[in-house]
Amino acid sequence: MKPLLALARTDIVLYLSNRRALLVGLAAPILIAAFFGSILGGPPTKPTRVPIAVVDLDRSPVSKSIVSAMNGDSTFDLREIAEPEAINLVRTGKVRAAIVIPSGFGDAAPRSMFRPNVLKPEIAVHYDPSQATTLLLVKGLLAEHVMKAVSSAAFSPQTGLPLIASAREDVKKSQTIAEDQRRNLLDFFDSVDRVQRGSASAQGAQGYGPVQGLSMPFATREVEVTSGVDRKYNSFAHAFAGMGVQFILFLGIDLGIGVLLMRRQGIWKRLRAAPISRAVLLGSRIVSGSIIATILFVGIYAAAIIFFGVRVEGSLVGFAGVIIAFALLTSTFGLLIAAIGKTPEASRGIAIVVTLLLVMLSGAWVPAFIFPEWLQKATLVIPTRWAMDGLDGMTWRGLGIEAAWAPIGVMLAFSAAFAWIAVKRFNWEE
Amino acid sequence: MLEATELWKSYGENVAVAGVSFAAKRGEILGLLGPNGAGKSTTVSMLCGLFRPDRGTVTLDGEPVGDDANAVKRRIGLVTQEISLHEELPAIANLRLFGALYGVEGELIGKRCAEVLDLVGLTGRAKAKPSTFSGGMKRRLNIACALVHDPDVLILDEPTVGIDPQSRNAIFDNLELLRSRGKTLVYTTHYMEEVERLCDRIVIIDHGNVIASDTREGLQQLLPSTDSGRIEIEGDVNEEVLAWLVARGLTVRGGTHAKSLEAVFLHLTGRQLRD
Repeated sequence: MKPLLALARTDIVLYLSNRRALLVGLAAPILIAAFFGSILGGPPTKPTRVPIAVVDLDRSPVSKSIVSAMNGDSTFDLREIAEPEAINLVRTGKVRAAIVIPSGFGDAAPRSMFRPNVLKPEIAVHYDPSQATTLLLVKGLLAEHVMKAVSSAAFSPQTGLPLIASAREDVKKSQTIAEDQRRNLLDFFDSVDRVQRGSASAQGAQGYGPVQGLSMPFATREVEVTSGVDRKYNSFAHAFAGMGVQFILFLGIDLGIGVLLMRRQGIWKRLRAAPISRAVLLGSRIVSGSIIATILFVGIYAAAIIFFGVRVEGSLVGFAGVIIAFALLTSTFGLLIAAIGKTPEASRGIAIVVTLLLVMLSGAWVPAFIFPEWLQKATLVIPTRWAMDGLDGMTWRGLGIEAAWAPIGVMLAFSAAFAWIAVKRFNWEE
Repeated sequence: MLEATELWKSYGENVAVAGVSFAAKRGEILGLLGPNGAGKSTTVSMLCGLFRPDRGTVTLDGEPVGDDANAVKRRIGLVTQEISLHEELPAIANLRLFGALYGVEGELIGKRCAEVLDLVGLTGRAKAKPSTFSGGMKRRLNIACALVHDPDVLILDEPTVGIDPQSRNAIFDNLELLRSRGKTLVYTTHYMEEVERLCDRIVIIDHGNVIASDTREGLQQLLPSTDSGRIEIEGDVNEEVLAWLVARGLTVRGGTHAKSLEAVFLHLTGRQLRD
């Protein structure tokens, strides 16, 4: 036991005495997590307005009403400009999308409401393909504003009465409509006509402005499902988990490369010549690697808690368990690199690629829900995915200890497998 | 003391060591010589328990030397060809680490560290890091680390590579002192003058076999007489004397024992280059 402790202590002292490496090991994940956390939401603040350009080629009351409604929408930072300039702004990334309302839209759109088979007027949405998710947002909100403005026009006395009269004539003349259906449609037009005339006489107005169009028949109430009623989601929690996992796995690479370098330098030979077992020799690397990884993770989370408001909202014991299990996973991963690797140089390159894949598939960079469904299921065999789930669960999701058992168990199982393969593959007589 | 009996070791098809046997007695320095690829390093690795022989045994006073946590390994010290130190740990911390691996603890480790640092002349640099040392100082600390647990047998694998004559001489003095204290030393090197100065007996290995094993004088007897002629002349050696010798068909040149040993070595192992 004492030789194991002596070896582990030496590793830890050597790591901690390298101030520059320690600083980089702590500062890099903190800085990158701070960056990711801030761009993926950051602490709760007012939402960012999406820059959008609108081109009104119609200049009709309907199109002006649409532009006016979009201007009043807090989701958009709207610029009304000419078409070439708008498209150029999309191309240069200055705005996410440019909406072009075509000439004649104000006449054609209300008419097409009652004639499903006619060619509908098109609103072009030029969008930045690198910001494709913005397209869905723009189309959704545009639909709301257009429906409101167009239906308002369709039911106004000035625009609506001629529209209804024209539609009535079409229905009367149609040879394809059944008699029952024709009668029902004419009743409907009469009803709309009475509403429009009643509205006009009541207001004594000529304009259609006061007539309200179709509006959203519901309102939404957004409720964040976080760890508690008054708790706000803090995206730094996920970012720090992700970057912590990534950079501590890099530490695992260093641990593995360290063994390969010790072999090259002859220290390994001298350690092997000592009267200590192979289990002690490898075990000391696991112990020291796990302790160093735990120290680093604690340091990273300390910064997250102090400077970025991250909290362990769930089980503290579960959180500690996930951290320790991941530290063990890291050190055995390092041992695996040492066992499989031939030279430090070649092994480092391969290990970095493998680590980045493990991190990418864990959902550390982008949330796993963005993955295709098959990939979401496939990543369950990736130990880092469990690390991320465990850390998220114990921090911002505020889950209890019961949610930590599975991640801890899976990571311990992977650690045992890594250690077993490393011991079997280790070339003791190199 | 330390005895290797019929050691065999192969790497796939390649037989590195094929039946090597020799013994090193208490209080002697045994030189292990051989060209590159002769099987020296593999033999040394088996002597100190790094490699497990395919066949044969290594024993120390009759106890087999194992390749794992074997108690007999406590009695063996290894000085590797490479500088096997943690460069960023102070010299004393390196010594304490290797002491701990051999079970030297408590007050004893402090005493042993002081002794070996004194032996290699590094007492004043105990707290300095090896990264600040010269090549010679590192070599001396490398030896000190192998001595900190006071082994009965010290195996040295080319311990003087790349150092200046002063450091080399200091190391030789240390090794001779250890011999005088009854330690057994197994010394591998390519430098004939080192063997000449230090070794009581020499084992020459080639192609995985022991091809000669004797004292320096005994090995010199292996040379054909024409190659090993050596005359000692008392009194003034003037040109007239030398001319008289040359006239009788003898070649006269300046010579040393080391050169003679090199001649023996080349005679036994051949002049063909080894890679």
